[in-house]
Amino acid sequence: MKRCFDEFVGAYCNTPLQHAMDMRKYKYLISRRMTQIAVLFLFFAGNAYGWKILRGNLSSAKVLDTLPLSDPFAVAQSFSAGTAIAKDALTGALIIFLFYAVLGGRVFCGWVCPVNMVTDTARSLRNHFRLDSSWKSWDISRSMRYWVAGLSITLSVTLGVAAFEWISPIGMLHRGIIYGFGFGWAFVLVVFLFDLFAVKNGFCGHVCPLGGFYSLAGRYGFLRIGYDRDKCTMCMKCIEICPEKQVLHMVGSQSGAVLSGECINCGRCVEACDDDAVNFSNIYAKKQSVGSR
Amino acid sequence: MMPERRDFLLKTIKSLGLATAGGLVWAGFIEEGRSAPLILRPPGAVPEKQFIASCIKCGMCVEACPYDSLKLSQPGDGRPIGTPFYIPRTTPCRMCKDIPCVPACPTGSLDKALVSDKDKDGELIFNISLARMGLAVIDRETCIAYSGIQCDACYRACPLIDSAITVEHTRNVRTGKHAMLAPVVHSNACTGCGICEKACVTKKASIFVLPVALAMGEASERYVKGWEERDEERLKDVPEKVITETPRSDKKAVDYLNEEVF
Repeated sequence: MKRCFDEFVGAYCNTPLQHAMDMRKYKYLISRRMTQIAVLFLFFAGNAYGWKILRGNLSSAKVLDTLPLSDPFAVAQSFSAGTAIAKDALTGALIIFLFYAVLGGRVFCGWVCPVNMVTDTARSLRNHFRLDSSWKSWDISRSMRYWVAGLSITLSVTLGVAAFEWISPIGMLHRGIIYGFGFGWAFVLVVFLFDLFAVKNGFCGHVCPLGGFYSLAGRYGFLRIGYDRDKCTMCMKCIEICPEKQVLHMVGSQSGAVLSGECINCGRCVEACDDDAVNFSNIYAKKQSVGSR
Repeated sequence: MMPERRDFLLKTIKSLGLATAGGLVWAGFIEEGRSAPLILRPPGAVPEKQFIASCIKCGMCVEACPYDSLKLSQPGDGRPIGTPFYIPRTTPCRMCKDIPCVPACPTGSLDKALVSDKDKDGELIFNISLARMGLAVIDRETCIAYSGIQCDACYRACPLIDSAITVEHTRNVRTGKHAMLAPVVHSNACTGCGICEKACVTKKASIFVLPVALAMGEASERYVKGWEERDEERLKDVPEKVITETPRSDKKAVDYLNEEVF
């Protein structure tokens, strides 16, 4: 049997049982799925059962009826649309912005955003059926997300509404789960099909302006993936599994930390590495850090 | 031109072109979506144009609503996606005294000041009767009270009975010997909660709530109702002198006769 790579479970699936026994291979994946689902469930319970732990949704929320949280990108769009931002929304946006900026990378994308589960499923199917070897992926630049982020702000200014929030599949998905979908599943399906048939890692890795926003915000954060050239055997499994390959450009050449904010800190590369060459680290750990992209 | 420079320029032009194309489709979608004026917002909502700019779509007002009157619009509803609204015929606003939906709003899209009185220290005290979510409108052709049948369902249901809805006694001209007890809505008191619409007994409600901007006309400012004592006060902001100048023609009347027409 030919070896195929199942990225959704993060392992080569020619020996699924063997891999399933080795839980260390999944510890970050399982933790990520657990946080993603837990956040959604707490929001859902807030609406459905009146739990007070987390109310609202990923756009704006309240923790235990006291601490406000807000999506800083949504607030930035609202501000661009000509709104004077109220105290709660502003405080919440600052808290979330500082949290991810200090933590570093796109932790939101890898650990919280529900669309991650959708696009991971698409990629897992892509890999399972080896679609990449059959079709050529569309040639879309990874920096498109910054253009879309810029466009979100520009349209917010010209139209007087938060432009990305108006069409965001992320919003459709979490609002759908918490308050009911309506026709919103279509937006999510578009993302899924786009990732499955058009571009590998298409939405999260190329298009999503919120990802672009967090790439910039998390550029100087603390949490980093560290790479050790001395231990590396150049199997390239980390590159194979990484949804943002460009951030691992130093693999095979030089030890150092991943400095790009585009890294979603999902830890897939850590799980994939059999040589202990890739690990979670911090921005100060390795002074020999190579330059970012 | 150097090849790298050409490459760079082409790349920039391509990106700008694609951004424009994408932006136009995107903008078109937004424009379509927000041209839906038939939507009733929670109490204290700022004007609609401001509201769709500032509402962050978090749904916390919806969660705060103890009667589940508020809903968050879903794609396909034909309303701005993710924003709160209520449908009076099924679940009207129950006009809670503590208005829990308003303090739940993190963005100020529901503004406390719009539904509060100021006490003597300048503190805001909630007063739900200041809310202007909409205005009840009566279809006299289908309202059975206007046909002479005694029905005062809306009047009895109204939380602001005798100020938002009153009943006018008139003679039933058709029969010539009965009274007509017809409900009348007063825009200075009606909050648009829609409890009347819920209570209405006709198949499709004959009293229903519309957004104020749709339900009301606007009088010309200089038309003063002389029989109303203070109506003249409306004029105080109107500029005193308005001079309309029509430029005089330079020609003399005789010129007209001398001009060749054909």
